[in-house]
This record gives sequence, C-alpha cells and structure tokens, in this order.
Amino acid sequence: MIDFILLFFLVVCAIAAIRMKDLLSAIMLLSAYSLIMAVVWTRLNAVDVAFTEASVGAGITTVLLIAALSRTQRGEEDGKGSEGGKQKPADRMTKSEIQKAHIITRHSIISLIIVLITGAVLVYGTIDMPNYGDPNAPVNLHVAPRYIKGSYEESGVINMVTAILANYRGYDTLGETTVIFTSGICVILLLRKKIV
Amino acid sequence: MMKEHIIIGFISRLLIPFIQLYALYVIAHGDLGPGGGFQGGVIFAASIVLYAIVFGMDEGRKRFSQKLSDILSPIGVFIYGGIGLLCILAGGAYLQYGKLPLGSLKLASHLGIYGIEIGVGITVAAVMMTIFFETARRKND
Repeated sequence: MIDFILLFFLVVCAIAAIRMKDLLSAIMLLSAYSLIMAVVWTRLNAVDVAFTEASVGAGITTVLLIAALSRTQRGEEDGKGSEGGKQKPADRMTKSEIQKAHIITRHSIISLIIVLITGAVLVYGTIDMPNYGDPNAPVNLHVAPRYIKGSYEESGVINMVTAILANYRGYDTLGETTVIFTSGICVILLLRKKIV
Repeated sequence: MMKEHIIIGFISRLLIPFIQLYALYVIAHGDLGPGGGFQGGVIFAASIVLYAIVFGMDEGRKRFSQKLSDILSPIGVFIYGGIGLLCILAGGAYLQYGKLPLGSLKLASHLGIYGIEIGVGITVAAVMMTIFFETARRKND
C-alpha cells in the first residue's frame, strides 16, 4: 500500500516538475522526487543506494542546480507556439497561425501514440521478468552467490555493497573518482575568472 | 547573503559541526554500514555550502579556500591510485588490497578499502565545493 502511495507521489512530482514554469520550484520538486525515491530504495532494502540518492540526488544536486540558476533567470521563457503558452482566441488568429496550431496538434497526437506504444511494449516486457527478490532469477544466480558467501572472507568488510564497490569493482570506483575529479577540473577551466 | 538573519545564522552555526562530524562518520563507517566515501564527501561539501549560503560566498571561501580545494581534489585520486600501486609493490595485482603487508588478508583488505574510501571522500568533497563556488554567482560579476 505505502509503495503505491510513494510511487504515486513520485509520478506527481515528476509531472509537476515538468509543467512548472518557475525553475526554482521545479528544482525543489526534483529534490522532493529524489527524497521519495530514497524512501522507495529503502523499501526495497537498498539502503546504500537510498543513502546516495538522499545525499546526492536530494542534497547536493539541488544546491548545484540552484547555483547554476543564480547565473540565469528564474522563469522559463515562454516557448512561442508551445502547448503551454497563451493562445490567442481562434477568431483573431491569422491563417498561418491556425496552420501552425494544426501542425502542433498533429505532432502531439503522433507523439502521444508513440509514447503509448512504447509504454505498452515496456509493460509487456515486464510480464516476462522474474518476481522481485526471486532467488532463482538469473540475476541472483550469476555472481551474487559468490558475493554473499565470500565477500567477508575475501575483502574483510561487513558491508557487502562496500566490498563489491571497493574490492570486486575497484577499477570502476577508481574510474568514478577520476570522472568526478575531471568534472571539477572542467568546471575550473570553464568558469573560473582568473586561473592562477 | 543571509547574514542579517539571526536565527538562520545561529542554527547553521550550531548544525554545521554536527553535519561535518556525521560526514566523517559516514566515510569512516562505509565498511560497516550504508555509506562510504562518496556519500560522506557529499555531506561534508554540503556543510560548507550551507555555510557559504548563510554567511556569503567570500566568507565561505575563507573557511575552505580555493587553494585548499584545488589541492585536495587531486590528492584523493592520488590516494586511491597510490594504494593500488602499493598493492603492486607488495607483490599483488593493482588494487589487490589483500597483499598489503598489514597482517592477515582480511585486515589488509579492510584497511585498503578504508584508505580508498578516504581518498574518494576527499576528492568528492573538494570537487563538489569547487563546482558550487565556481558556478554560483558572486555579487561582483
């Protein structure tokens, strides 16, 4: 039950963040989205992922987006001719504007059909998926048993996630750290006024 | 920026040491519970960001200078890569912590993982602060 409520709020947050014209509110909604997502991860017993989601997704990403927002303007520009923009009454439209509106409606119908088909295919794909937490699911039969049995003996740390991240997948984590370092260098090169 | 708000200033002054302590706890206990270098580094950066938002960018930069964060961000990667090289020198493969001469395999591996978590934490904290301070707009530009 609580899962459905959480997922419902997740979708509400996502849609509201897309529809919001005020970018600061959109950022706040994204932050709320991440926080709900963190609760969902916790419900799925993925506490490490939940922790990362809460600190990175809801915490620092929000701050960095607001920092980026401080360099631009707060409101979204009115996309001319977009669905959300103010539309003139039909009798005052010129011919070309009416034509444009027709094209936009046709485009959005086509996109709706594409989205519905994609969604239906995805839902169809989930039917074949194993149940959540099924011990006989392929993903739980490959390397997972070895991690569960041997990660403490082989790496000496109790937290299996840390053992996988730092020991079995040590190169990946080194790469991630390097990516973060590189992003910092790029930000310095692009935005710093005076490079000493 | 919000220097004139007494309540915000007081509460953040009160909270920031605890946030930083928690960040260090998260880095140090990544091997025992959820968390690790990445999350801890982000939380540490968040505490400095909070300080900078409340007391102004320049005041924040005084507490954690540009030079310091510039030096710290490669140091974390160096610690990580250095531990990998130490493993080679100790006769193992790159990042094979178990070969480090620190007692039993379990203890050596544990300490190696500990070391790289600290490295990740340092880099992440410094880079997140750098991104924040460079991205946010100052008064004079």
